[in-house]
Amino acid sequence: MTSTPLNGTTAHDTGFGELPHLMSLMTGDEKHGPAATSTLDALWVLYDRVLRVSPATAEDPARDRFLLSKGHGPMAYYAVLAAKGFFPTAWLPGFGSYDSPLGHHPDRVLVPGAEIGSGSLGHGLPLAVGTALGLRAQDCTDPAVWVLIGDAELDEGSNHEAIAYAGAAGLSRLHTLVVDNTSSSHGWRGGIASRFEAAGWSAVTVDGRDHEALYAAFTAPHPGRPHVVVARVEAKEYSGEPKPKAAAA
Amino acid sequence: MDTMRERFASVTTQLLDEDPRLAVVLADIGVDGFRSALERHPTRVVNVGIREQLLVGVGGGLALAGMRPVVHTFASFLVERPFEQVKLDFGHQDVGGVLVSAAGSYDWPAGGFTHMAPGDVALLDTLDGWTVHVPGHPDEAGTLLRQAAAAGDDKVYVRLSVQTNATPRPVDGARFLTVREGTGGVVVAVGPMLDNVLAATEGLDATVLYATTVRPFDAAALRSAVAGATAADVVIVEPYHEGTSTRHANDALEQVPHRVLGLGVGRRELRRYGQLDEHLAGQGLDARSLRERITGFLAR
Repeated sequence: MTSTPLNGTTAHDTGFGELPHLMSLMTGDEKHGPAATSTLDALWVLYDRVLRVSPATAEDPARDRFLLSKGHGPMAYYAVLAAKGFFPTAWLPGFGSYDSPLGHHPDRVLVPGAEIGSGSLGHGLPLAVGTALGLRAQDCTDPAVWVLIGDAELDEGSNHEAIAYAGAAGLSRLHTLVVDNTSSSHGWRGGIASRFEAAGWSAVTVDGRDHEALYAAFTAPHPGRPHVVVARVEAKEYSGEPKPKAAAA
Repeated sequence: MDTMRERFASVTTQLLDEDPRLAVVLADIGVDGFRSALERHPTRVVNVGIREQLLVGVGGGLALAGMRPVVHTFASFLVERPFEQVKLDFGHQDVGGVLVSAAGSYDWPAGGFTHMAPGDVALLDTLDGWTVHVPGHPDEAGTLLRQAAAAGDDKVYVRLSVQTNATPRPVDGARFLTVREGTGGVVVAVGPMLDNVLAATEGLDATVLYATTVRPFDAAALRSAVAGATAADVVIVEPYHEGTSTRHANDALEQVPHRVLGLGVGRRELRRYGQLDEHLAGQGLDARSLRERITGFLAR
């Protein structure tokens, strides 16, 4: 697997298999439960193979945008950003401390590569809609805008304002990744994808641990419509260890 | 004379022609005024429907993409309903924009309390770095809107009203203006309160300052006015919650023994409909009530 060149922060390319170690620098544990890693595979595939953004282009107006709306449990996000060289891995052990830029919710002002500050649920998708509109208004129609939300975050009504409008407006550069670990208290009868499809979105539901399936879903064409990928992972209540994954070569 | 909202539409339509960075976001309210702008700039005039969280979130997202968003609806649905979006999608994201409200505290009395936002400026006072303009005349609204649009990445709130003064003043988007000079005290009239304040203080030996930009608060102007008075007695008359600017006056006069009376809209719901004049009287903000309250305070 190829990685984008690192920003001089490590001597070699960092692969998926090293992410648990990077996370352990924040958590102190070598093993992580499904909740901590629910976003890990999808984030990795996005940053490794889909998003056209790197430390060198992090300020480029034409970069792809990734907005982490679900700011809770950002260790996987920080691990991926560090692995891709947006900031030094030496920052990771300070996670959550007073002098660290890495909080338990990310702050875009402090974290290189973070497009938004998040933590309060339901802000990312409306911000992503505005970002997509802003790029379109500047005839900058190439960049993709991605936003990650959780299935429980979808409870927030602000998301549904954004889903309905984005579908009606046909914002084809807008992409939502819903990481579904069945943590929503009341669930989504009829499925999460149906909420988006009813609003005019293109929708794909995949195994959130299957990198090839994620990649195919992320890159599926969706002319004239926004696109959602629902990535299903183990339920949050799952108490065992995560299924071992073969480390990416 | 057009209303402040009509002036907002015409000035902003012109600004859209001049500044490619500008974008307007609406939530069904005020759309009619932007029909021609929408035709000319279909990607920079956006109506999200009746979705106020999205309205403000889209404003923040536009700013993240490098645009200068102008976001408009009634004050109750712009500041109060999506307040967390104002706090996080602008302030916490460290981006700027222009929020332009209408209807304010009592502009549509027959609409009742659901369409009144007398707490809007006090709410913005809980946040860092918002400039607040309260024009008292459509001409002033035009001037202040132009300044707000051109204010880089500043966060600016412009509070439009149907209550206006008879004549415009040369407002500059920063300083209080001295409208009348006296020695018996200082009365600060905010935006559309000026005409009633001038009528209420007719014949009194008091300085009247006119404030259309209330944040940042022009502390130097207040200190200077107080220095010319025999007593540091200050009355602030505001078209939103009474006392909203009292803390700022106290801070400005920290070095001087002083008294401040804050007049404005009470927290108690009137639960009345009717007309604007009736609500001004109901809040004690008509000229006769103001004169009683101001003279009572200055005589003490």
